[in-house]
Amino acid sequence: MSNIDSAIPTKPWRASNRERLTDISIFLGAFISSYVFVALTPMKGKLAYFAVFFIAYALFTSIFKARQRGSAAAKDALVNSLVAIGAVVTVIPVFSILLTVLRKGLPGISFGLFTHDMALASPTDPLNNGGLLHAITGTLTLVAIALVLSVPIGILTALYLTEIKGSFKGPIRFLVQAMSGVPSIVAGLFILSAVLYPITKAYSGLMGALALTILMIPTIARTSEEVLNLIPNELREAGTALGGTQWRTVAMIVLPAAKSGLTTAIILGVARIAGETAPILLLTGGGDTVNPNAFNGPMGSLPYYIWKSFNAGSPEAITRAWAGLLVLIGLVLILFTSARLLGSRKAAK
Amino acid sequence: MTTAHESETTKMQVPVKPNSLADVAQVLRTPGTKAIGTGLETRGIHAWFGKHHALSNISLGFAAGTVTALIGPSGCGKSTFIRTINRMHEFIPGAAMAGEVLLDGKDVYAPGTDVTKIRLQIGMVFQKPNPFPSMTIGENVLSGLKLAQLKVDNKDDLMQECLERAGLWSEVKDRLGAHGGSLSGGQQQRLCIARALAVRPQVLLMDEPCSALDPGSTLRIEDTIRHLSETMTIIIVTHNMQQAARVSDYTAFFLSEGGPGQMIEVAPTSDIFSRPQDQRTENYVTGRFG
Repeated sequence: MSNIDSAIPTKPWRASNRERLTDISIFLGAFISSYVFVALTPMKGKLAYFAVFFIAYALFTSIFKARQRGSAAAKDALVNSLVAIGAVVTVIPVFSILLTVLRKGLPGISFGLFTHDMALASPTDPLNNGGLLHAITGTLTLVAIALVLSVPIGILTALYLTEIKGSFKGPIRFLVQAMSGVPSIVAGLFILSAVLYPITKAYSGLMGALALTILMIPTIARTSEEVLNLIPNELREAGTALGGTQWRTVAMIVLPAAKSGLTTAIILGVARIAGETAPILLLTGGGDTVNPNAFNGPMGSLPYYIWKSFNAGSPEAITRAWAGLLVLIGLVLILFTSARLLGSRKAAK
Repeated sequence: MTTAHESETTKMQVPVKPNSLADVAQVLRTPGTKAIGTGLETRGIHAWFGKHHALSNISLGFAAGTVTALIGPSGCGKSTFIRTINRMHEFIPGAAMAGEVLLDGKDVYAPGTDVTKIRLQIGMVFQKPNPFPSMTIGENVLSGLKLAQLKVDNKDDLMQECLERAGLWSEVKDRLGAHGGSLSGGQQQRLCIARALAVRPQVLLMDEPCSALDPGSTLRIEDTIRHLSETMTIIIVTHNMQQAARVSDYTAFFLSEGGPGQMIEVAPTSDIFSRPQDQRTENYVTGRFG
């Protein structure tokens, strides 16, 4: 009993102080050598520091581990440092973009931005004149119409490929893949020449949304197909064996089981189109006032607002553009978070 | 619901094969017992996967209210055989079959048969427990009704009855709203049995229902099978010969000797294990191969 009582919980797998010290000295050594290296050679600039530091760090850790525990440990250390470098290299641009947008956009954010449109203001006016209400409502309208059109088509396409497995499976999968590579300007020109010129002959939100739908369908269809393929076949068999028709089985069992994945597919679809500018320039005309009618008249949108403000060139206009970017990123973030919450809450119920 | 008299006449129309279990059923059927159909009979069942001939000429009778175990080494076509009975075989691309499956004297493969109705009458429990992940325990039990768009008066009573018959009620009655996936493997399998019972099938096919389970859960499911056999016909595929001996009234031995799977022998379970007629059966049940 006594030796059970006297046992102290320890974590022997944790790094000791000595090991931590060597890790820190390797890090510092790599830091100093990168500094010396840059100072002594003609290579200059931030990128040189980064590159030399990472190479030196990877080199030092693997040499140290090789001396300590042999070649397998050296390889492990080398791959570990490569992974760390990869993570840093991936994360830095993301945070850099977000920070830049925040730094340059925040001065342009005010309450009036969300309550006014640009009907009585030009991009070069002082910042307290006008706002981007028309652009926010326009983007939301465009995304909503594109969602309504592309989600059923995209998911039904995926169901055709995974559940019905019809004889046109091959050609349709090929078409969907080809469509996902279509440049957005081509989708815009297609709607322009196939619908806008011959039929409506006028700018409208619907025309822009149609082009966005073309861009969104392949993303939703492909991702949904991947997700539906992951649903185990046993569930389909169980539904069929209980006397369900194929449609009832798909609607009651397969789709609910794939719900969170399908939410992801829709989010990716929205991400694909939220910032699209080229088709919008061609098809919606880009108004400066709030246009509640998606079927007629030019409609503003955030990408268009950003583009127009940057083109205006004055310091106020540039700040407006950055503020528009910040609002666009925020809007997309809100859309994604609410989609995730909606998907997970229903799944948890 | 057929009366005893009607089922007698139906039986008369079905020519009974010599030595088939339908003979035994007629002997066993005593006047006044609840009519649960006249059982199931397969005649000359063959099955193919593409060009591969998997199963050859299986003719077997399954009397109403009996438990029949199908035993035999892996790959001898036992699972394929029971999947031809509820027409799940055709679910596999490239599958083909020949022969007749008579349920109450009617061929389930007859032209114009509604295949979903057949699957309501012939339920199935799979090898791996597969509760529907997006549904709660209660919703899982009633999912068959929803899938087939059937109406019942009192869903709660039916749910309780099915869970009781599957031997799961006492364990889950306080958490019917929890997810099916939160149960243990044995409980999940009993949930799948309860789910199959909710549509009131006449026949229950069980494809190695205990192969993924621990001994305790296995015993509980065997208890469940014995209770269920009072009201339905059960066909169970198993690799566990003790299980076949414990739960079944009849045992059929399947074997594939290079070619398609064939039925070597069928007899009352005690006979198969004590005095098998075929040398191959004896070799298998005594553990000399397979």
